[in-house]
Amino acid sequence: MNSFSLPLILLLSLSLGRAVAADGQLRFNEDVRPLLSKKCIACHGPDADKGRKGDLRLDIPDGDQGAYRVLDGVQAIKPGDLANSEVWQRIIADDPDDIMPPPEKKSHIKPLTSEEKDVLKRWIEQGAEYEDFWAFVPPRQHELPEVSLSDWSGDPIDRFALAKMEEKGLSPSERADRRSLIRRVSLDLTGLPPTLDEVDAFLHDESADAYEKLVDRLLGQASYGEHMAKYWLDLVRFADTNGAHHDHFRDLTPYRDWVIRSFNENLSYDEFVKYQVAGDLYENPTTDQLIASGFNRLHIIIDVGTALPEESFTKNVIDRVSAVGTAFMGLTLQCAVCHDHKYDPISQKDFFSMYAFFNNFDGEPETGRRGTPDFKKGLQPPYILVGTPEQKARLAELELSISASSGEVRSSLEAERQALQNSMRGAMVMKEREDPRPSHVLIRGAYDNPGEIVPRDTPSFLPPLKKDDHVDRMDLAEWLVDPVNPLSARVAVNRFWQQFFGVGIVKTSEDFGAQGEWPSHPELLDHLALEFVESGWDIKSLVRSIVLSETYQQRSEAPREAFVSDPENRMLARGSRFRLDSEVIRDQVLAVSGLLNPAMYGHSVKFPQPEGLWKIVTMPSSFPRNFEPAKEDEVYRRSVYSFWKRGLPPPQMTIFDAPNRDACIARRERTNTPLQALVMMNETEYFAAAKHLARGVMEKENMAEDLKVSLLYETMTSRPPSDTEKERLLSALAKFRALYQDDPGSAAAMFPNTPAAGESAAWTMLVHSLMNLDTFKNRE
Amino acid sequence: MNPYQEHNDHLNRRQFLNTTGMGLGAAALGSLLSQVEAAGGKHIAGPHNEPKAKRVIFLFMAGAPSQLDLFDYKPDLAARFKEPLPPSVTQGQRVTAMTKGKEQLVAPSKYKFSRHGENGIWLSELLPHTGSVIDDICLIKSTNTDAINHDPGKTLFCTGTEIPGKASMGAWLSYGLGRLNENLPDFVVLNSAFWTGGTSNVQALYSRLWGSGFLPSKHQGVAFQPAGDPVLFLSNPDGVTRKVRHQMLDFVTEMNQEHLGAIGDPEIQTTIAQQEMAFRMQMSVPELTDLSDEPQSVLDLYGPEVHKSGSFARNCLLARRMAERDVRCIQLFHRGWDHHVKLPQQLEGQCYDVDQACAGLLKDLKQRGLLEDTLVVFGGEFGRTTYCQGTLTHDDYGRDHHPRCFSTWMAGAGVKGGITHGETDDYCYNVVKDGVHVRDFNATILNQLGLDHNKLTFPFLGLDQKLTGVNPARVVKEILA
Repeated sequence: MNSFSLPLILLLSLSLGRAVAADGQLRFNEDVRPLLSKKCIACHGPDADKGRKGDLRLDIPDGDQGAYRVLDGVQAIKPGDLANSEVWQRIIADDPDDIMPPPEKKSHIKPLTSEEKDVLKRWIEQGAEYEDFWAFVPPRQHELPEVSLSDWSGDPIDRFALAKMEEKGLSPSERADRRSLIRRVSLDLTGLPPTLDEVDAFLHDESADAYEKLVDRLLGQASYGEHMAKYWLDLVRFADTNGAHHDHFRDLTPYRDWVIRSFNENLSYDEFVKYQVAGDLYENPTTDQLIASGFNRLHIIIDVGTALPEESFTKNVIDRVSAVGTAFMGLTLQCAVCHDHKYDPISQKDFFSMYAFFNNFDGEPETGRRGTPDFKKGLQPPYILVGTPEQKARLAELELSISASSGEVRSSLEAERQALQNSMRGAMVMKEREDPRPSHVLIRGAYDNPGEIVPRDTPSFLPPLKKDDHVDRMDLAEWLVDPVNPLSARVAVNRFWQQFFGVGIVKTSEDFGAQGEWPSHPELLDHLALEFVESGWDIKSLVRSIVLSETYQQRSEAPREAFVSDPENRMLARGSRFRLDSEVIRDQVLAVSGLLNPAMYGHSVKFPQPEGLWKIVTMPSSFPRNFEPAKEDEVYRRSVYSFWKRGLPPPQMTIFDAPNRDACIARRERTNTPLQALVMMNETEYFAAAKHLARGVMEKENMAEDLKVSLLYETMTSRPPSDTEKERLLSALAKFRALYQDDPGSAAAMFPNTPAAGESAAWTMLVHSLMNLDTFKNRE
Repeated sequence: MNPYQEHNDHLNRRQFLNTTGMGLGAAALGSLLSQVEAAGGKHIAGPHNEPKAKRVIFLFMAGAPSQLDLFDYKPDLAARFKEPLPPSVTQGQRVTAMTKGKEQLVAPSKYKFSRHGENGIWLSELLPHTGSVIDDICLIKSTNTDAINHDPGKTLFCTGTEIPGKASMGAWLSYGLGRLNENLPDFVVLNSAFWTGGTSNVQALYSRLWGSGFLPSKHQGVAFQPAGDPVLFLSNPDGVTRKVRHQMLDFVTEMNQEHLGAIGDPEIQTTIAQQEMAFRMQMSVPELTDLSDEPQSVLDLYGPEVHKSGSFARNCLLARRMAERDVRCIQLFHRGWDHHVKLPQQLEGQCYDVDQACAGLLKDLKQRGLLEDTLVVFGGEFGRTTYCQGTLTHDDYGRDHHPRCFSTWMAGAGVKGGITHGETDDYCYNVVKDGVHVRDFNATILNQLGLDHNKLTFPFLGLDQKLTGVNPARVVKEILA
């Protein structure tokens, strides 16, 4: 090992940002709260129902049940006084009846480790000071920290990042070279690699703001919205089937198209949220606002016939509320359906006060009967018809002609209008009933066990709604994006950040509660959140500021020890390196081979997949039952348009960690498995793309072989091969050639009835090999 | 989250690769992956206690077989034909939308029952082969669940809660125990491709039933296909021979090694190892699914359907071959059991599909000594009602969903054979003794594999998630030897 090796314990603290402050003073939020949450709070926390033991809460200091309370002359925690702190005495007790937490057999809670005991001991000795939970107090402006490497960058993002590095004894990496940079930022912003021309242009742009111009160009591309939408669609569990029982077709694609368009048009995030939560409640809502309100229709929904409608209704509303919690608030609201939240101050009453905003849906809780025109179109009222511009224009024409005609002409025009309307897509929307349904607390969460009626309200531990009476979803939507809301902006910027560094500043981007993970850079998160709100919730501006930072532009090459000590790059001392998402992998294969069809929007597309997959999971009466793959150019559309059957999503996607879209997912895992290797090796369309690209390059006239090889390599990795690499490529090509010369039958199997089949096969294997390189599936 | 644990695991893996992975050529990589696992380089949470089972085979009867017509003998019901079910029995219980507001009239089973095995356990005439192995089986008559509809019921049984998004049992086992073999997935799912006795009530399945939920996706079940590649994307494209594939991987590995040297990320080493594993699977999977070395005497155990690809019988034989090759969890789904109307004609076909095959599987495992450490379990998502749906005659009736009691069985790996556990009331409506919730059932499976259902946890959404969910569960010790 060399000088980079560090003792294990230091490595741990490096990566987690949990090192105790230099003065030895413990910080409640960072050092103590996570520990209490893990080991004590389930029984001594916010759950006021059956959960709380001994009328004692350790999550708050004051009050009758707070940690400082004295009961029968005994104080639970006496600041600075271990001997008279009952909590401490119980922690060190020997008697199994006294010891806390209770032995594992009784409590299922793992015992305190000696390190944890030491933290609690020192914290009580130091005065047992509590702090408000960081995520529930509004972000505040922090002074830019002092750094020693002050000439690295004046950018606030970089200053915060650098301060953390320096605190850990690290220093930033060099800026990545231009080729790496354009490949990285193109993949990150558009989900597509740069073309050779784009690389070339960037390399030769000598202006000082070349990179800035590149970023702006990418932000202006339509592919930007398609790429950004992908993450959002995971978050809101967008899919093309209802996800339960028969798993019938359900068409929500106008919503998907709206998301793509919104990112491209840079709709501000506050509007983006408001449209989705309450688009239907604007005065004279626009088509877009209505389509966006379809957010409330994205949940799994069972088809009519077997379940109990009242139960289905309850499940749908709970799912809607959970989605709002995960997507906009970063809270696990659904933990408070059956009882008060065990860790966060969300009471069951809070949950059903939120439920009250969403239980007034004017529509059926189960999907409609088979055979109706709506059913075949995957629609269920309420919905609006949305057409292409051509369809809309024709419809307007028809309306005019109809009003001006009569008799047979009129009937035939009306028939045409009907046919046109049938061919238009519908967008399912949210709609309120006239008379609000009351919302009951459901005892133990059971749909048939209503308790007290609760008014529409936001959770009591967060800032109150500004209005007292007649509140509706629009008030909730406005509250969500009110700058005083401590969560919304933080949760949003954290998710965007995660796209560009592989992991969020708060790693648990779906959970900002007490059980979530402490942010690696709390001040930076606050800074980004405040800037975001200040900018008018301008997403492109936020994204731009992130990718323009020096922190983002660092090279990702690093000594192995750096990867060992900080595998996820939480300390940001290099550019992040992580595997591309399934959609990007597929789109890239199509892009480099020149096959990608850039057509946007419309119905979801069934990209070819191995035969028989649906047959194994569908029912004879499922609609659709049989998988009919798309044809011709449709096969080459971008993956964001992939038809998503919840019962069995496309395996090319799920094998690379795409979720089923059953539940809201704020971040994907990134695994590395043999099944993934098999996809890259044998997926039919990927291999066909390799053949296509190989033939194209092979047939170039007047080009020397080594130039062809270099061209291929550069097309796929955005950089030319080194001399050694080029030699390897040429030698591999020669070996493939020799193999196919010895085995012309195999060459003919790959290229039937084709002249020079052996040569084509050899080039194909070269391209195919490059598609299987680790670098090809990684963003570096 | 538990960042320390997670970080440590990641760290170990990376350090391991760091110190051992360097300088290996493609040829030497063959055993790298298993070394990685052996070095604790993945999330191995268990075992927590001495395992009795190395592996489990779960025979899942999707749609819910009728316990009344197969396992739970209620001779006295014959005298109550068409009588309304007394309210004292139903106790205002929640029923499905199909039954709500309708009369609930008793439909006695039309099938004859007889005694089997040393302890004379009653079984329906539809299960003669099961009868022949009853001394290896513990029949649980008191299984019960919360769900009354298929989708939530299957999701609850397979993933521990009715709410989609959680990890399935096989994924938990993979996560909790790590790899048992080098060449095959940890968790394989085999779905029947057809059913005898009509397809009108065939159940939909969802990949979430074998999904990894919040666990890393490498733990998800791999569904083998009855036609085409058994494992998706297994076969080389046309014109790519094994020799060419080998050449291609050598070249790719060379390039990847070079890139590893330049960029430093040990994850590249994992890619190399996984490509090598994929290459080995291209050999090991066809070898696994090739039955040409099975003697006639063995094929006969599983019955005539074993010759058809995609049959439940064929899948049982494949399950045995997987057990031999140490696949940790093998789950079969047979999904034609939802008999709301015309139950007899459909049930007979279903029993034809599974009875001999299940018995054959137990016999075959036993003759190879594999039943000692292979746990075999059988069950559906719930049971069926005593009251009729559709036409009610002595020979024709249907049954609705019934979560309050149903029959399941377990065999092998330390489970007592030749016994029954639990009892239901005279109407086969409520459990009266020794109830076994599906959570208890799952906890017992974990226990036999050496895992404590309370300790096998994964932090997600602020909760230490468990296969048995947030409600209490217990290991059914009474049925364990």
